[in-house]
Amino acid sequence: MISDLFTVTVLIGILASGIRLSTPYLFAAIGETFGQKSGVLNLGVEGQMLLGAFAAFYVALTTGNLWLGLFTAMIVGALMGLAMAYVTVNLHAEQGISGIGFYLFGLGMSDLLFQKLMGTVETVKGFPEIYIPGLSDIPGIGKIFFSQNILVYIAYLLVPIAWFVLNKTTLGLKIRSVGENPDAADSLGVSVSRIRYFTIILGGTLSGIAGASLSIALLNVFQQNMTSGLGFIAVALVYFGAWRPIGVLGGALLFSLINSLQLWVQVLSIPIPSDIAVMMPYVVTILVLVATVSKVRAPSALTKPFERGD
Amino acid sequence: MSETDKLPSGRARINSLEMRGITKRFPGVLASDHVDFDVKSGEVHALLGENGAGKSTLMKILYGLYHPDEGEVLINGKPVRISSPTDSINLGIGMIHQHFMLVQTMTVAENVALGLPSSRGALTDLDRVSKRIVELADIYGLRIDPSAYIWQLSVGQQQRVEIIKALYRGAALLILDEPTAVLTPQEVDELFVIMNQMVRDGHGLVFISHKLHEVVEISHRISVLRDGRMIGTRLTSETTKQDLANWMVGREVGFTPDRGQVECGGPRLQLKDVSCGSDRGTPGLRGISIDVCSGEILGIAGVSGNGQRELAETITGLRKTTGGQVFLEGNDITGFSPSDVTDRMLSYIPEERMRDGMIKDFTVAENMILREHEKMPYSRYGFLNLREISQHADQLIKKFHVKTPSRETHAKNLSGGNIQKIVLAREIFRTPRVIIAAQPTRGLDIGATEYVREQLLEQRKQGVAIMLISEDLDEILALSDRIAVIYEGQVMDIVPRAEATPAKLGLLMAGVHPEETPA
Ligand SMILES: Nc1ncnc2c1ncn2[C@@H]1O[C@H](COP(=O)(O)OP(=O)(O)OP(=O)(O)O)[C@@H](O)[C@H]1O
Ligand SMILES: [Mg+2]
Repeated sequence: MISDLFTVTVLIGILASGIRLSTPYLFAAIGETFGQKSGVLNLGVEGQMLLGAFAAFYVALTTGNLWLGLFTAMIVGALMGLAMAYVTVNLHAEQGISGIGFYLFGLGMSDLLFQKLMGTVETVKGFPEIYIPGLSDIPGIGKIFFSQNILVYIAYLLVPIAWFVLNKTTLGLKIRSVGENPDAADSLGVSVSRIRYFTIILGGTLSGIAGASLSIALLNVFQQNMTSGLGFIAVALVYFGAWRPIGVLGGALLFSLINSLQLWVQVLSIPIPSDIAVMMPYVVTILVLVATVSKVRAPSALTKPFERGD
Repeated sequence: MSETDKLPSGRARINSLEMRGITKRFPGVLASDHVDFDVKSGEVHALLGENGAGKSTLMKILYGLYHPDEGEVLINGKPVRISSPTDSINLGIGMIHQHFMLVQTMTVAENVALGLPSSRGALTDLDRVSKRIVELADIYGLRIDPSAYIWQLSVGQQQRVEIIKALYRGAALLILDEPTAVLTPQEVDELFVIMNQMVRDGHGLVFISHKLHEVVEISHRISVLRDGRMIGTRLTSETTKQDLANWMVGREVGFTPDRGQVECGGPRLQLKDVSCGSDRGTPGLRGISIDVCSGEILGIAGVSGNGQRELAETITGLRKTTGGQVFLEGNDITGFSPSDVTDRMLSYIPEERMRDGMIKDFTVAENMILREHEKMPYSRYGFLNLREISQHADQLIKKFHVKTPSRETHAKNLSGGNIQKIVLAREIFRTPRVIIAAQPTRGLDIGATEYVREQLLEQRKQGVAIMLISEDLDEILALSDRIAVIYEGQVMDIVPRAEATPAKLGLLMAGVHPEETPA
């Protein structure tokens, strides 16, 4: 029954898993924010996440070391970022197209490696929930906020850090200027290429973590195409959040809460066709984007390659 | 080093800077051909030359944005290496670019701080930067609010930010590439006050302009470039405007084109009580009524920001009206889309041609058919007719003397003035019924200015109705049949050419009726 949704236990469950599910969105979308702020649209997030998810899972499975798995995912994501940076910064490739290329690469490669190295779906014991004495015991709140795995906390910490870096540091100033007017930045001795390399590699690294958060913290399995569009939603979240970390956080929470709701609807066997339930987050993505995107202005140099006359 | 070698900013002077044998080739162009050029502390050295002569290129080489194929730069007699703007900034060279280099969405202080090391390490030190900006602004009389966003500033104020940016970095030598092209006469005067003070303090300045009276007024020496070659250098005190003009163009040039007598026909463009908003939410136009007749040039005079831009944009369909009607040859075109207005043969030469008039990454030929690309003969059944397009481009390039290696060159690689010519050629050539021309000669050299003015007069003779929006009173007076002065989005008065004097127009532009006649 629908009313089953409104019991306290279920509501706490929805909120707790909503916060947990927002982790991959946050990592990926914050990374993408840096890239777009510097003028680079990376549509390859999904591919970076898939490879990151696989790398983390495989290393965690074979070595039993989750942190080593996470670290490998970061390296893999960073390398994908490096390749993306080379293609967009040095070769001036059309960013939308090359991003899709990287997505397809990540999709195919992660599946190939999965088939070759594992073959069957296995599970690992992922990052455990952290028990914080006192806080975790608070009824409701404790379950929602203080009984999550470590990656959730890192993801939320990332939001103020990203805001701080973008708005309060000289690096942030350079990133913003390069995304708005690369000629101006260049004329003041700011290296447009170096800044863009940095943000794209950072974005790749964070996408790698986003993938890892799926495979070794949230779901604890690896499956073909397990991200199922999550990386693309992360890109949309950057628009939704108007290129601000706090906005991205709002978007990530919105989507993960709807996702969580949708999962609970299925768990409780509420008579809503499951196809419709699964569709909900995507439908909301489209609706919200339609409602918001036209009102905010993207970085002026977004998707434009930079080239000095000489 | 004695005290007198120091500038007020505390930096050392550049007593002399010399460029020797500078050569720079671009695909298809020799932009600098063994050029020698020098600047001394305490002087303004003006650099003249036609559009595409190589002025900006030479200065971009000095600033480290372009690398010369040959040649060397010496500061105080010693050779220096300038391979990037960082090098030139460290050597004390600053540049105000022909197209401003500001980040619109950032504040003045952020623009100034960009790229500089911060006293707080990785964190920005905007408070400190703001304080220093105010100090520098005091020394040089440049009023500016460090916390304002660039997009909130007028063009003149933005230029001050550019100057502060350079001074902040300790520029001892400042290159000003066509700084006056976008300024109102009053702003030019203010700029000259600042420049004079900088010179007295021991800075060296390079000044590029196409306006000879400015060059004669502000400079100490004048050099002329033609086709990438240095023609010569003279003392300003030993030349006159007319000398300079002939020297520069290589032929006699007249200054006032012959207007001739033209009978005005019926009204072709009519505005009835038109109102609209502006980008800042304040009213842009407040009930404007104007007629422009066939065979007439109606000048729109006014200090920039009094509704000129909004006026052009409402007529061309780029901006929504909030009241009133616009008629083109008797038909109501209020609320028409820009392409519908275009179809009715209205041509528009926008003020910000780089932004509103062309696509920088398109070729010259493509830019020349932007407006008509869907029409015969440039396209047929949705396919572009490349042969027609090429012929059309070649014809316009020839007629309007557009200096470009080929019609396939990307527009962004042309010189500033030649970029302007693409738009002018496209808009004038299509035999329009009405032309809206905003600052049509801005950034053009003397020869090209003369040519465009002749073209506008020729169109007038053909019966075209022309609205000429210009901040240049000389231009307004030289071309217009009647002059409408706008102030704060309203028409102050419409004065026939014969009764218009600079003094009378000046008062009207300031919002004062000379002899309190009811409007
Ligand atoms: N980045 C570039 N790539 C190719 N050609 C270029 C580039 N920059 C300039 N040129 C060419 O070099 C020549 C000189 O251009 P430059 O911009 O120096 O002229 P200018 O004297 O400043 O003219 P203007 O008065 O119109 O500003 C032009 O023919 C131009 O097309
Ligand atoms: Mg130039």
